[in-house]
Amino acid sequence: MTDRLKKILLGEQGLVVIFIVAFALVSLLVPNFLTDRNMLGLLQSVVTVGIVACTMMFCLAARDFDLSVGSIVAFAGMVAVMASNTTGSILLGLVAAIACGAVVGWVNGVVIAKFRINALITTLATMQIVRGMALISSDGRAVGINSPDFYQLALSKLLGIPTPIWVLAVLFAIFGFVLNSTVFGKNTLAIGGNPEASRLAGVNVDRTRIWIFTLQGVVCGIAGILLASRITSGQPNAAVGLELSVISACVLGGVSLAGGRATMSGVIVGVLIMGIAENAMNLLNIPAFYQYIVRGVILLLAVLLDNLRSSALGRR
Amino acid sequence: MSFLEFSNISKTYPGVRALSGVSFGVEKGAVHGLMGENGAGKSTLIKILSGDQHADAGEISIDGKVQAYASTRDAFDNGVIVIHQELQLVPELTVAENLSLGRFPASAGVIARRRMLDDVGDKLKSAGIDIDMRRKIKTLSIGERQMVEIAKAVMLDARVIALDEPTSSLSSRESEVLFKLIDRLRGEGKVIIYVSHRLDEVFRLCDSLTVLRDGKLAAHHTSLKDVTRDKVVAEMVGREISDIWGFRPRKAGDVRLKVDGLSGARLRAPASFEARAGEIVGFFGLIGAGRSELMRLVFGADPRSGGTIAVDGKAVAAASPHDAIRAGVVLCSEDRKHDGIIQGRSIEENINISSRRHHTRFGVLSRVSEIATAETFIKKLKVRTPSRRQDIINLSGGNQQKVILGRWLSEQGIRVLIVDEPTRGIDVGAKSEIYELLYQLAEDGMAIVVVSSELPEVMGICDRILVMCGGRISAEFARDQFAERAILAAALPDKKTPDAIAS
Repeated sequence: MTDRLKKILLGEQGLVVIFIVAFALVSLLVPNFLTDRNMLGLLQSVVTVGIVACTMMFCLAARDFDLSVGSIVAFAGMVAVMASNTTGSILLGLVAAIACGAVVGWVNGVVIAKFRINALITTLATMQIVRGMALISSDGRAVGINSPDFYQLALSKLLGIPTPIWVLAVLFAIFGFVLNSTVFGKNTLAIGGNPEASRLAGVNVDRTRIWIFTLQGVVCGIAGILLASRITSGQPNAAVGLELSVISACVLGGVSLAGGRATMSGVIVGVLIMGIAENAMNLLNIPAFYQYIVRGVILLLAVLLDNLRSSALGRR
Repeated sequence: MSFLEFSNISKTYPGVRALSGVSFGVEKGAVHGLMGENGAGKSTLIKILSGDQHADAGEISIDGKVQAYASTRDAFDNGVIVIHQELQLVPELTVAENLSLGRFPASAGVIARRRMLDDVGDKLKSAGIDIDMRRKIKTLSIGERQMVEIAKAVMLDARVIALDEPTSSLSSRESEVLFKLIDRLRGEGKVIIYVSHRLDEVFRLCDSLTVLRDGKLAAHHTSLKDVTRDKVVAEMVGREISDIWGFRPRKAGDVRLKVDGLSGARLRAPASFEARAGEIVGFFGLIGAGRSELMRLVFGADPRSGGTIAVDGKAVAAASPHDAIRAGVVLCSEDRKHDGIIQGRSIEENINISSRRHHTRFGVLSRVSEIATAETFIKKLKVRTPSRRQDIINLSGGNQQKVILGRWLSEQGIRVLIVDEPTRGIDVGAKSEIYELLYQLAEDGMAIVVVSSELPEVMGICDRILVMCGGRISAEFARDQFAERAILAAALPDKKTPDAIAS
């Protein structure tokens, strides 16, 4: 009995099993949890983390790291609002925001891949630079959205489900496909497994890494736009600490910080576990201060589980 | 019943049966050899002895008592010590501190230095080990560190000491010191398990010998008196290997690879050579002679500062491995672990990493052809694995090498195959399979360049040998001119050109 339980928990799908059990338990024990409204609210709350986790997964899988995502999300939100306010065109605002995200990501990628600066240091620097740019561009104040159509991005619904959730689902699908079924995805995992061997096997390592960071920037741009739309303004102080939530979710989802190991299903589960924990604690009126402790404990447990799983698979 | 008795030891790892029903005994005061090809189960057996791994079935007994260790620490306390290839010493601490680690003589937490030095000094003296106790480990040579490891075993009054390939990184002088020490320990009635690939050493040192093959006991000799080396090799491989080279003459065709005046940061002089279709060209030299460096330049792995490379008469830019592969030049690196395998990924992915670009559409993979490619080359190259999904790290060295070869053979239009130390760390059986493969590829019209530090190997399989010395090509020999002494002489640094030695 215990052997079988061990096998299930430590197997490939162990995290999914744990997630299902946790979900069932929370549904039974927490009142009002399993309602349409709460489910949509839960999904809405993980949109930003979930979207950014898609590309953070690639970053970590390639043995890299990106701390600048929170700043890019805030900056892209500011750009989207300010550009659409001044030009009067929402589309132009969105394009500008995504372009800005892409440029920051590309700069990260070039510095890391071509100039061989450690990713942690590089993105620690851009994190501060970009946050500074967001603050300067609005003189530190929030900028309200002029056109009500902009709100509609976050408020509109399709088949009763808010647009941001659709965006999240589509990105999950796209990046899941990219990771498993494209040369880019496989190269990412190979680089994380052994960068030098990948280079000698003909993989264009530098280009792949630059692409990973550029995509990360694009995706942060999208997340920034949706966030700005939801909070009806560009906030230079938005998404502070986002990078840590995103990396936590990825690690929860079994992405190895040593590189070479990642699955989209794992990351989705990681994102949802974080969301459920927060949601359930809110429903139970647990004060925010305690929530930090619970989140930290969940992360530690997940990493311990991952460690057990690795040694069960006989890998070091 | 022997002093140390293994009975019916079995162990299974995911997908691999590492040991099945291995039983044998070793007497007190004996040096017992443990031999076998890579993957035969030697390391697993040693790990079980040391408490690092647990047997699925069977038991180990010492002096009639069954031993059950929860950990290596447990084995330690019971007088069983394993000395691994990678030594377990703290580089920043002194010899005496390392030898007292975990048992510092102290009062109120303050180390009694005097007492520590006296204790350690006595033990070292009685074991006949001559090392300055005050030196830090990081200042010692590998051989000296090995001595410290053994001293550790002596300090703990070990009853059983297992040495795993102890001479693999020792000079012959250091080995001699080690052998003397082992003789001494034998005299004191210890049991010594000596794991080695080297027949010479085993025949010199050991009183008895066990040979493992595919996780099973292949032979157990209580005395080595009437045992020949050929017999032991046959027991390890499971068949007689008459001529491991199996050389077959071939006709050389047109020039495939032409390297002219190639220079780079780590070469002493511009290098020029060519290789013809169907030809196997050997590059021999001492370690550091610049052979690997030259090949990395040809493959575009390092930036070149001058010279040209042409394949079938067409110039190749080779600014990166990416370009070289597209021009039909591939390299199997010497350091498989660092430069070859992608750890954590499957055999299938390791094979397909480069050639998959031929089967993609808009960057999307074709699962069908990836699986087909993997299966084809696993079969063709006889990779021993339960599944193409197996993580490559779980394969033995020879099988990893085959996967890397599969990576390149699955590429289309490969014209030049460069293999750097293709059989390093690979056992005899897999070696002849790899040679056979090289002959076949040459017969199919590839130009093959073999870099090797083993003179018998280059002489055995190559049509032509180029010798490198001190960063430049120093001599060339056609097959009918092969002579061991002349080739070796060309590889040794010439005293008249001291700058060659400086590199």
